[in-house]
Amino acid sequence: MMQKILFGNLTWQAIPFNNPIIMGAAVFMVAIILLIIGALFYFKQWKTLWTEWLTTVDHKKIGLMYIILAFVMLVRGLIDAAMMRLQQAIAVGDSMGYLPPEHYDQIFTAHGVIMIFFMAMPFMFGLINIVLPLQIGARDVAFPFLNSLSFWLAVVGAVLLNISLVIGDFAATGWLAYPPLSELAYSPGVGVDYYIMALQISGIGTLLSGINFVVTILKMRCPGMTLMKMPVFVWTSLCSMILVILAFPVLTVTLALLCFDRYFGMHFFTADAGGNAMMYINLIWIWGHPEVYILILPAFGIYSEVVATFSKKYLFGYATMVWATACITLLAFSVWLHHFFTMGAGANVNAFFGIATMVISVPTGVKVFNWLFTMYRGRITFTTPMLWTMGFISTFAIGGMTGVLMAVPAIDYQVHNSLFLIAHFHNAIIGGVLFGYLAGLTYWFPKVFGFKLNETLGRYAFWSWIIGFYVAFLPVYLLGMMGMTRRLSHYDAATGWHPFLVVAAIGVLIICGGVLFQVAQLLVSIKNRASYRDVTGDPWDGRTLEWSIASPAPFYNFAITPHVNSRDAFWQAKQEGSHQSETKPQYEDIHMPKNTGVGFIIAVFSGIFGFAAVWHIVWLSIVGLAGAIITVIVRSFNMEVDYYLKADDVERMERERQSMITQMATKAACCGSVATQPQILNTQNI
Amino acid sequence: MTQAATHADHSDDTDIFGFWIYILSDCILFASLFAVFAVLQSNVYGGPGIKELSNLSYVLIETMVLLASSFTYGLSILSVYKNAKYRVLFYLGLTFLLGASFVGMEINEFTHLFLEGHTWQSSAALSSFFALVGTHGLHVSIGLLWMLLLMAQLITFGMTPVISRRLTYLGLFWAFLDIIWIFVFTIVYLMGSI
Amino acid sequence: MLKRRRLLITGLMCGIALLLSGCKFVLLDPKGMIAADEKRIMLTSILLMLIVVLPVIFLAFAIAWRYRESNKHATYAPEWSHNLLLEIIWWSIPCAIIATLATITWISSHRLDPYKPLAVKGEPLEIDVIALRWKWLFIYPKQTIATVNFIQFPVNVPVRFMITAEGPMNSFQIPQLGGQIYAMAGMQTKLHLIANAVGDYDGISANFSGDGFSDMKFIARVTTKAQFDQWVKTVKQSKATLTSDAYNQLVVPSIKHPQQSFSAVNKTIFETVVMKTMMPMTEGNIK
Repeated sequence: MMQKILFGNLTWQAIPFNNPIIMGAAVFMVAIILLIIGALFYFKQWKTLWTEWLTTVDHKKIGLMYIILAFVMLVRGLIDAAMMRLQQAIAVGDSMGYLPPEHYDQIFTAHGVIMIFFMAMPFMFGLINIVLPLQIGARDVAFPFLNSLSFWLAVVGAVLLNISLVIGDFAATGWLAYPPLSELAYSPGVGVDYYIMALQISGIGTLLSGINFVVTILKMRCPGMTLMKMPVFVWTSLCSMILVILAFPVLTVTLALLCFDRYFGMHFFTADAGGNAMMYINLIWIWGHPEVYILILPAFGIYSEVVATFSKKYLFGYATMVWATACITLLAFSVWLHHFFTMGAGANVNAFFGIATMVISVPTGVKVFNWLFTMYRGRITFTTPMLWTMGFISTFAIGGMTGVLMAVPAIDYQVHNSLFLIAHFHNAIIGGVLFGYLAGLTYWFPKVFGFKLNETLGRYAFWSWIIGFYVAFLPVYLLGMMGMTRRLSHYDAATGWHPFLVVAAIGVLIICGGVLFQVAQLLVSIKNRASYRDVTGDPWDGRTLEWSIASPAPFYNFAITPHVNSRDAFWQAKQEGSHQSETKPQYEDIHMPKNTGVGFIIAVFSGIFGFAAVWHIVWLSIVGLAGAIITVIVRSFNMEVDYYLKADDVERMERERQSMITQMATKAACCGSVATQPQILNTQNI
Repeated sequence: MTQAATHADHSDDTDIFGFWIYILSDCILFASLFAVFAVLQSNVYGGPGIKELSNLSYVLIETMVLLASSFTYGLSILSVYKNAKYRVLFYLGLTFLLGASFVGMEINEFTHLFLEGHTWQSSAALSSFFALVGTHGLHVSIGLLWMLLLMAQLITFGMTPVISRRLTYLGLFWAFLDIIWIFVFTIVYLMGSI
Repeated sequence: MLKRRRLLITGLMCGIALLLSGCKFVLLDPKGMIAADEKRIMLTSILLMLIVVLPVIFLAFAIAWRYRESNKHATYAPEWSHNLLLEIIWWSIPCAIIATLATITWISSHRLDPYKPLAVKGEPLEIDVIALRWKWLFIYPKQTIATVNFIQFPVNVPVRFMITAEGPMNSFQIPQLGGQIYAMAGMQTKLHLIANAVGDYDGISANFSGDGFSDMKFIARVTTKAQFDQWVKTVKQSKATLTSDAYNQLVVPSIKHPQQSFSAVNKTIFETVVMKTMMPMTEGNIK
């Protein structure tokens, strides 16, 4: 009895001691955590960890931490993918593979959840966090404290998901947890509860970020930057965040109702007492379709920036790009039924949504022409970001084509839920979203760290990724045509699928090679950072405001708020020569937010609540919930949440930095690596 | 205008705009719950629907109480503009009492249904009723807690720009909940009952 | 860089050709009118879209190659970023293609609506389908027989499937005969198919429903009318009958369930399964 009250449903049985794969993973995770803790002790960095990272409200640091989270989860998600491919490559005929269905089902569920929620979304928020305020000439986002809270909530969600690997199970339902399978009757374990808690907690963070960025873009642009003078990346981020605000509440409600079914015996989606599972499918895809546009729009923005910069030309048809993005945003809510044409909605309804899906493909596809004609009559350099962009154009064209194909209901009846579908969305997400974020990462890396990444290894990484992608997914398209449905853990030899699955497995290995190249690239670049140093803050001869300040950017971003009067304002200023001025800049006091640990603490309490809720430990979940609420209340009584950076201090810091730049430039010039002479940048008259 | 003042004004505008956007997201949340209710309200699994179970005059009183609380909140905001701290506290207290009565009446309604065997486990229709109306009631309860906190902060810090801005947020929130209740009242209780 | 690209593509083509030789592209090898129609639409749509996709990919390489920095002969026009005519061209061609596809979509969605009876002479054969964990139960209401994981029906005769599920969602599909339709608890969906060649065809569930999902397969055997009638006679001699007890036994989860035959069927089973999520059944069980 006492055990039940203290520990809820949690017992030692929750840890699968007899499963060598899981135990291996657990040992690995614990080892890494111990390594990190050990390093913190050895290098005496605990205080720095707290003051510089756990309590930071600086968008650049928060963005960097988001990207680190994304990379860690990318590795975990790729391992899941490799395990799945390996299983399918060997589980033919009598062989059941090395993963029993109960385990395999959790792996493909976790793979999907991780890649969308804990890899792609954090990666996107990381890039937007770092770049957005810099591109609009702002000092930070509108609500820096909420920004920190959003990040730590995302971390807690990821932690819960990883804990589920070792303590209990994860959901074994597919990444969208369709009922009735995800209801208590058919998923009696804790897996779906972990799923719900991880997504709800990180989902709150996502919604807050959506609000944060929309307000930032609409209210904090520097003087002169009207909407039609914003960089395209800012436009696409705005539209993406509008979609977040409109779509994520639907996800919150849907998961909450599933939670109510499981915890309180309600009947929203159960297979009895009047429950309607179709309602869940509708709601989850009303969220789910905008979600994919949430992911792809910022990537489109990145491509626009990269293509313009590395073609040394204005983006072709800026206004059209903006209107196309706005159309996509509006239409994103009109296509959701194409995810379940096969549920029997009738010919009229199916045809309507199919046609709507095709209509939305027009503004999406037309953007490619704008990019191509930006390159036309440009002067193109094929740096790593540009390579990723070129890879995207050809790959995404195929992914988009297969999407429009499946938008025809009659075709979808044959290929729905088959590997053809799998190939399509991986095509669009890897070729579109991931390539874009990786382009952005390599493009903006110097701004964050002050040195460029090694180009050669970047090339190797790109080629590994794209070759690996095609080797992995072209067979998958073919398998769809061969009648293979998704989520199978084993199959008959007579189907003829086996050789294709082997090829696909090899493809995943090549992709893993790509990731290894990226890790190597990072390590080598750090080692040689002195020679890759970005002295001027403008390593690519950029066009937008973020390149007008030093690399890495000072914590206050702009010593003086810039004034702009055109698109690609920085490029314009460089052409006119007005970015370099002899007049002494007029410094003013800068209003800055104070660091705070409150975001981190609220997130920790939320995590406690989530874990306790999963295991029905009532007292602990009350502690978690109350702790979070009380922390919020305490914070609200704190009136000292900001400070002013004095103009004199700003001037002093700017002067110190400029002399350091001059020193480094002289050193670099004499060692023959960085060619350009340092430009003393005056952002006042851009 | 001093640097600090210009920044405070700019900041106010940004913050209140941010709160409006949050309200928009909460609208979508309720819209989803309304959609679920609309689809599931006839899935009564052989039992009674909420229309048979509810007492319209009781709900009318609830509505009047909530509307009155919006009115008293409006009076407190007027007092904020006049910088009359004690009048603000008075009207906030009144609003709190009215709001608490609303929540109390709702809990009473739920308890009665529960004891009569019409629980949220009885059918999908009743699940959707309890979820929709309950979510609204939960929002009101959070608003009440927030109200108490603001009253405490008003006493502690006086009528600072921060406190008056927070009172504006709560005012928006409270009015929003009123509007949602109008929809609840209409769609859940009224439609098809008259 | 471009040379490596070409090498890569050639290599890929060879690999594909190798793999494709002697492979069962079920979706491209239809054995029924519906599947044949769906295949035709698929190929037409692919061709239509290649009109845009191929030039795009070609242009991407061509423009990138010509305007690379080392090519000093190419014009450099850094201020040029507008051209109305170009925009009109590349908006109108995709719009035209989408308009064509939209027309195809509208017409084919109606012609190939799974709920629409086939425009074929003759009384359709009705088979009721209940998706269970993790097997398929088939009830022939007219012949009053039932089977598990196996169906047989005559060639060139339209078949009407009435489909439901007990528990998690599944999706009923015989890929070589046509598209799929979901099997959902508390709902009844319909699928009309016809086979135009005799043979054994694989049937699958196309929506994940739990641990036994991978083995949730069935065989659809298409034979002559005479052979079908003979088969029905054989089934009618099975010892087992589908009583409500037998049905409740089937509801118990099982993996790799063997094929079964039932010589008689409790006629209320299917309807009860469909209705029971919405209305409490008397005594909670099948009458």
